[in-house]
Order: sequence, then structure tokens, then C-alpha cells
Amino acid sequence: MSRSGAVLDRPEGGPGRLITLPFSKSLEISFKSLRVRFFRSMITVSSLVLAVSFLAFVLVNLDIAAGLLEHGGRDAVRALSQAGYDVDLAGGAVAMSAKERWIVILSLLVCTVGIVNAQLMSVTERFPEIGVMKCLGALDSMILKLFLLEAGMQGLAGAFMGAVLGALFSFLVGAVRFGSGVLAEVPVGSVLESVGLAVLGGCALSLVGVLYPAWLAARMEPIKAIRSEH
Amino acid sequence: MTEEKRTIVRVIGVRKTFTMGSQTLEALKGVDLEIYAGEYVSIMGPSGSGKSTLFNMIGGLDKPTEGKVFIDEVDISQLDAYELAWLRNRKIGYIFQTFNLIPVMTALENVTLPMTFAGMNGDDAQEKGIELLKLVGLGKRFQHKPLELSGGQQQRVAVARSLANDPAIILADEPTGNLDLSTGEEIIELLQKLSSERGVTIISATHDYKMLNVSDRVVWVRDGMVDRVERREELNITIGGIGEKLTGRKQEPGGA
Repeated sequence: MSRSGAVLDRPEGGPGRLITLPFSKSLEISFKSLRVRFFRSMITVSSLVLAVSFLAFVLVNLDIAAGLLEHGGRDAVRALSQAGYDVDLAGGAVAMSAKERWIVILSLLVCTVGIVNAQLMSVTERFPEIGVMKCLGALDSMILKLFLLEAGMQGLAGAFMGAVLGALFSFLVGAVRFGSGVLAEVPVGSVLESVGLAVLGGCALSLVGVLYPAWLAARMEPIKAIRSEH
Repeated sequence: MTEEKRTIVRVIGVRKTFTMGSQTLEALKGVDLEIYAGEYVSIMGPSGSGKSTLFNMIGGLDKPTEGKVFIDEVDISQLDAYELAWLRNRKIGYIFQTFNLIPVMTALENVTLPMTFAGMNGDDAQEKGIELLKLVGLGKRFQHKPLELSGGQQQRVAVARSLANDPAIILADEPTGNLDLSTGEEIIELLQKLSSERGVTIISATHDYKMLNVSDRVVWVRDGMVDRVERREELNITIGGIGEKLTGRKQEPGGA
């Protein structure tokens, strides 16, 4: 009889009354659940890897072309034009062709849709788990935080892989097309910039893709979430 | 034992209607109920009787269409999301028919999760989690994942988890529904032990007749109303006929 004697205090702040999930703990939980569902996460990430590697490929191609233009003079201009680049002689710059730009944008769009789809499925699978967490006292914001963290980590890993892959492939293609000498003329700074841009873009896409599924999960009534497995 | 009863759950005139398309279904038609601190109460009734709905109301998992539910004299419909989460975290422990452990976490992590939410530091939580797992008889298996444990063991982990923040009330929704006869009995014994030793109020929705022997009171729900409330002493007299009285069919073990 003694232990149940406490009166339900209204939780109006103060020590011992809070509901928390420290950042380190949420990081740990989301990392673990990614690791356990490794294969599942790989599928979610794969479309991101492809889209980001394509983006990085195109950007680094431009960097290589710019390097070539800077060092190669007239021959370079001819070679680049033959390879299908829009060369702006006066400005000394190379640009993506309009078609290429569209393909990049399209691939990113398709990738986002793919991520939304994969995340929706993975969130639906986890409804009971989310319901349990809410029964144990998790707030909506905690659920949201866990999913965003997971997506952030997935995005970072996937985008990094994709960007490196794209850049390597671009070097390979550049070396084959213009001779291996071209690699010496590559402006390292702008290549790094391109890779960084691709990684950032990939992370952003991953977060955008999980936003709706995570919001759906966080708002779920606990009892419905638990029952949804039956 | 019953001299100074303190009401911990008070249900007043609760109605619940569900709307499905153009049809409305009245699951609860005005229920009044009082449950005292430290009691072991079973809510019995056939499926579709409104038993689960009533149970969810008491647990703060669902809100009544009309009427009020008080837990420790606090009207839970007045609580905001944060306060409700706090209530679920500290005041109520849940046990489910399907165990509902988080599959990606070990037994210990499952038990310590509510403590983490409550802001307890990691080492204290670990220590308390191991202590609780010992209490339910799983002292050695705390590093196992739920799927590596048997049904009975999973339910023991769930019992330990429900005790994480020393709740005043444990709500058990068909805790033996997915277990075989003897494991079910073990879980019931465990719950009874908790009720008598720790003074936890245990409220369980069930149609497992094994529960009757350990309950202080049994609330029979039928057609969205409380049909009758019986004390254990009264039950013993009539126990032979209960199965047929309730459902018109013979008693079956477990009965999910």
C-alpha cells in the first residue's frame, strides 16, 4: 500500500517532472535502429546514392572542363565543344547544357519521391513500436526527432558515398576522353566544393523526404499505432 | 486491508461513440466505476462488450465522448499532450497482449527506456533495470533481444518495463492472451505478487478465467455497460457457472 501513496502532481515543470530524451540518447537509439535495419536502410539510401552521384558527376565534369579550358587554350575549346559542353569563350567558363540541367533536376525529384516512398513504408512497419514509445511517455517531438536523426544519418552516409562515387567516375571519364594529363589540371578546390555541394544537397533531400512520414508517425494516436499490426 | 480505501481511478458517466462512415456505434453507454489504490481489478467481458474501450479510457489512451475519467483525482481530459505523456510515463505502466517490446532493443534497454524519458541518468537506469528484470525472474537474460526470448519471457520483460518508473497503476490488456496455460499462470502469479508486495494497483482487461482467482474485484462489462461488480468472496461461490453465464460457451484456456 505504501508505494502507491503518491498523489498525481500536475507536471508544471520543476525537477523530476520533466519528460526528456537527451540528444546523445536519441542519437544512440536512431543509430542502433539503423544498424539493426541495415538492409532496409540501404534500400532507402540507394536511390539517394544514385541521384547524388549523378549530381556530383555532372558538377565535377564541369570542374574538369573548366580546368582544361584554363590550361589548354584553343585546342581545349575545340575538344570541349566536341564533347558537348557549352563553352563561353569570352567569359572563359563552361556551363551545363540546358538538357543536362533538366536531367539533373529530374533525377533529384525522382530520388525525393523514392525516399518519401521508402520512408513511408519503413514508418508504417514501425507503427507499433512508435505506439509503444508513446505509451511509455514519448512526446510527439521525440518521435519526430528520432526519425529526422535517422534520415540525417542516412542522408549523410548515402550522399557522401554518392558524391565520392560520382567524382571518381567523372575523373575516370575525363581521363578517358581528354587524356590522363587532364587530371593534373583539375582545380582541386572547386572539385571539393562540388562534392560538398552534392553531399549537402543529398542530406537536404533525405530530410525533406522523411518529413511527411515522420510527421505522420509522430501524430499517431498510441492506441491506433499499437493496434495497427493486427 | 479495505479500511481506508483511496480512489485512484474514478470513471463517471463515460460514453463513447465511434463513427464509421454513416454508422455510429455506441461502445460505452454510461459507465461509472471506482477503483481503489492497491486493488487487483479484472475487467471481464466478451469481445465487443466495450471492455477494451473502457480499458483504454482508464489508461488515458482514448478520450471519452461524454463523461469524465479521473486518475488520482485529476481529470485526464483536461491534460495537454505533455501532461498526458507525463502521466503515461510516471503514473501508469502498460502491459499488452502482444508484449510490444521494441524489437531492436535488448531486454534491458526496453526496461530502461521509460526511465530515460523520465530523465534518469544512464547508470541508475541500468542498475534499476537489472533489479527489475531480476524481480520478474530474468536476471540473466537482460542482453537478449525480444525475439530471442520466449513469449512468457517477453511478457516478463514487459512487466518489468511497466514497473520502470514505479507507477501507481499497471494496466494489463489481456496479458495472458498470447501465452499458453502454464506461462499465463506464471504471469498472473507475478502480477499478483506485485500487487500484494508493492501495493501497485493492477487493472487488467481479460477473458482469462484464471485471472478471477487472484482478482480482488471483477467488473463484468456487457453491451457497453457495467453489468455487475463482484468481490472475490462472492466469486468463489459462483465460479462453476461463470463461463456459461458470460458467453454461453465452455471455458477455454488462454482465449485470445
